[in-house]
Amino acid sequence: MTKNTVLIRAPFKKLLAKHQVKLFKLFIHLAALFPLINAYYLAFTDQLGADPVEAILHFTGIGAFNLLLLSLAITPISKRFKISILLKIRRLVGLYSFTYAFCHLANFLVFEVQFDWLLFINEIIKRPYITVGMAGFIILLSLAVTSISVLKKRMGKRWQKLHNWVYLAVVLVGIHFYWSVKSEIIEPSIYLFIALVLLSVRFKKLTRFKK
Amino acid sequence: MPFLLPIGNNKFNKALTVLIKTPKSYLLKENEVTPENVYLNRRGLLKGLGFLGAGALLSSTSTTASADWFSKDEPTKFKTTALKFQTDQNTDNLILTPEAKITSHNNFYEFGTSKTDPVNNAQGFKIDPWKLTISGECDKPYTLDLDDLTKAFALEERIYRMRCVEAWSMVIPWVGFELAKLLKKAQPNSRANFVAFETLHDPQQMPGQASRRVGGGINYPYVEGLRIDEAMNPLTLMSVGLYGKTLPAQNGAPIRLVVPWKYGFKSIKSIVGIKFVEQQPAATWNILAPNEYGFYANVNPEVDHPRWSQASERRITSGGLFARNRIDTLPFNGYGEQVADMYKNLNLRKNF
Repeated sequence: MTKNTVLIRAPFKKLLAKHQVKLFKLFIHLAALFPLINAYYLAFTDQLGADPVEAILHFTGIGAFNLLLLSLAITPISKRFKISILLKIRRLVGLYSFTYAFCHLANFLVFEVQFDWLLFINEIIKRPYITVGMAGFIILLSLAVTSISVLKKRMGKRWQKLHNWVYLAVVLVGIHFYWSVKSEIIEPSIYLFIALVLLSVRFKKLTRFKK
Repeated sequence: MPFLLPIGNNKFNKALTVLIKTPKSYLLKENEVTPENVYLNRRGLLKGLGFLGAGALLSSTSTTASADWFSKDEPTKFKTTALKFQTDQNTDNLILTPEAKITSHNNFYEFGTSKTDPVNNAQGFKIDPWKLTISGECDKPYTLDLDDLTKAFALEERIYRMRCVEAWSMVIPWVGFELAKLLKKAQPNSRANFVAFETLHDPQQMPGQASRRVGGGINYPYVEGLRIDEAMNPLTLMSVGLYGKTLPAQNGAPIRLVVPWKYGFKSIKSIVGIKFVEQQPAATWNILAPNEYGFYANVNPEVDHPRWSQASERRITSGGLFARNRIDTLPFNGYGEQVADMYKNLNLRKNF
């Protein structure tokens, strides 16, 4: 290695270190937004399979669940491997989980029942799998709304209490998926299992929470 | 518009319809038809999505589909051939679901549980040789081979609505013959109260039968049944083709049942056995979840599936996400005139 390359690299490394979090966040924005926009583009232009409504419903639903599990995996992973930067992008991942969940619900109203409000409300009340899904969504909604820093400061201890509800949300979402399928229960079972693993590593916290 | 002019001059009827009726939202407009090349390239587009985006993370593709990524693209294509048949005049002016959609959106768990698994996994399906045996309570049991399926009976086109129990529907131009013709040839006896059907059991060809993960936890072979009067009804069709050609593998080649007034799962695919029986035969989905799927499974907007409403449906045509395709579901899928009599002494809520 010559002196020159070291000279060039050093400031670059410094720059990279300085903007590490920003770059990481940019990556998450792209990784979450690109597939979503692409899927909607394909669905609008009738290129997302024979039934774009079903396809976009499943895509956003599974996407929300994946991101929710990912956001819950961040804390144990960053603790275990001592990667503190991960904690700085946890909120963003959680917010994208909410974004996908919002799209999922909007798809159901706009494209599946097509603004038949009576049917929409009836389905939420009458169908247990939709009821639990909706309950999960309401939790995610309240977490998303209170995620801004100002509210976090203002809410103090209550903020953490509220945000612990995410553990209930992930179970509700798992049940929602499990109950929604006709007979192919293996995939939702795997999801539920992962959710329970992520809860079990928080066993101590959860038992404290109960008291 | 049946309530305007229930009988009479069809042309006049049509003219009136044009004058009075605003086009139904689910009718297919010329500019809504996806060009076939774009349509056929959809897998490429979806794959791009998988690779470029956080695909492994976010996409819902099952393991069978993702395994495809590493195999050669479309190595073989299942061959279909043109059929000779009497065409359906389509007097109801039904708008057909595009062929590309009918052949890429299938519930055929023998080839995987996602809607696109069958088209992806069934292309190598071998149907030659094929044997369809007609047996049981009859005087003249017999067997048809592959060639007989399209030659033993005169073929005709039937444009039918197909209503899936999952609350979506299609309009499909089937080619086939009335099941009654096939049944009468065997001369059923007085004990033949029901007809039982069975799909091919060949785990080497059907990955869903080899693995419970791929096959969705169903017990194979898939079986279905009809009451003898239902089986003999002139609407009940044995289909050997669609859109003028022999059936694609994913649609149930080489021969399948079509019962247009019942939910789609009654219309069993790739049939190897038809048997006259005395007692009500087993039916696959009915065994799996008797509270959700009845033996009769007549399309009925008033009896909901426990987990979703059956009052309306989405008609799959084309036009993407904004196709306003939700329509009311009709009793017996709109075929009440031809079939309702068979059930006049039956409580349809109990016998769903």
